[in-house]
Amino acid sequence: MAMTGVLRPSHVALRVLDLEPAVRHYTDVLGLLETGRDKQGRVYLKAWDEHDHHSVVLREADAAGMDYMGWRVDSIQTLKDLSKKVKESGLATDCCWIPAGEHLETGERFRFTTTTGHTMELLAEKNKVGNCLPLVNPDPWPDDLKGMGPSRFDHCLLYGDDLDGVVKLFTEVLGFDITEQVVAEDNHDFRISVFLSCSTKPHDVAFIRQPMKGAFHHASFILDNWGEVLRAADIISKKKVSLDLGPTRHGITRGETIYFFDPSGNRNEVFAGGYIHYPDKPIITWTSDDLGRAIFYHDRKLNENFLGVFT
Amino acid sequence: MHRVAIQNTKEEYTCGSEDNLLKGMEQLNRKGIPVGCRGGGCGVCRVRIESGEYRTLKMSRQHVTAEEQAQGVVLACRCFPLTDLELSAIGKMEKCIAKHFAKQPMHT
Repeated sequence: MAMTGVLRPSHVALRVLDLEPAVRHYTDVLGLLETGRDKQGRVYLKAWDEHDHHSVVLREADAAGMDYMGWRVDSIQTLKDLSKKVKESGLATDCCWIPAGEHLETGERFRFTTTTGHTMELLAEKNKVGNCLPLVNPDPWPDDLKGMGPSRFDHCLLYGDDLDGVVKLFTEVLGFDITEQVVAEDNHDFRISVFLSCSTKPHDVAFIRQPMKGAFHHASFILDNWGEVLRAADIISKKKVSLDLGPTRHGITRGETIYFFDPSGNRNEVFAGGYIHYPDKPIITWTSDDLGRAIFYHDRKLNENFLGVFT
Repeated sequence: MHRVAIQNTKEEYTCGSEDNLLKGMEQLNRKGIPVGCRGGGCGVCRVRIESGEYRTLKMSRQHVTAEEQAQGVVLACRCFPLTDLELSAIGKMEKCIAKHFAKQPMHT
């Protein structure tokens, strides 16, 4: 089977208040690798098992939060086709092309804003720098990994008001599937949260309906197993990182997870587990009365900070 | 060590010059004082310093404008006391305190 269309999240661009403490967090604590800095002073990082040049870009700014999220598509032709479809869909605004080279090692990007106020990009070309292992007869993991050492940037969870519009854009125009949804207990047609996948992952992006635009809940990075999640929890205490919550399990996606904040208050997640999604897999539905268990499967109650803190 | 007084709740706690004001509040172990990202980015811990001297690290301008900062509005997690301080919780944090103190008796 060939994966076509949108393949995976390609990068998340974050704003940080102080650049060097942020870089130290993403390299020493999280365990990403710095791959470059550009003339604007932005820092590029990648997770160890990614081949592409970068999956995280940090920019020093006056406010924290996410600037945009980029998506890798399978070909230049797909980029042309999808950009046309997005522009004509009526579900995106501020469409424009960012020239090749604006991000280091990256081709041109089609940028647009969703009805939830999030800036997204599609791109077909990003140079490969390797995953720290040879392509011939490799070992399973490289030496000298620092911090938590996640293998990949996995997904973002975003907050916005027009959930229905952004779901329509991602499913009908960009070809994503809904894997899981949270609905109002008294009206199963009213969606509170939607998890979307363009792959076999439980989600590549997720949205929660909130009365705001363009807000960022977290960027998530994948670990191998629950033992690594516990080790991440230890690192959070060892390095006196701001803990949000965990380690615990989500009902939604079954992910084994822990949440913490970077020095500017952007939330990070590392997680393991989940399941394999296929396009014919039925949607899992959670009702709002079981939201505690859906998010915190062990505690089984909602946490005000988890929902109310965002950048 | 400096004394920090929260005007809304009449609480007092001590806070060293190397600790931010939120850390002192957290150690009070009262539920209802919202702790957010602890990094100046989310705006949940907005307070107004009513008296005393302090220094601050960079705070998200999305949550404290330059004008507000000039009026003593800060994020508690990015504010360090130089003298004894009096502050009041404002915005989201204040609502959280009021809601929870309606249920809990105050310490005397």
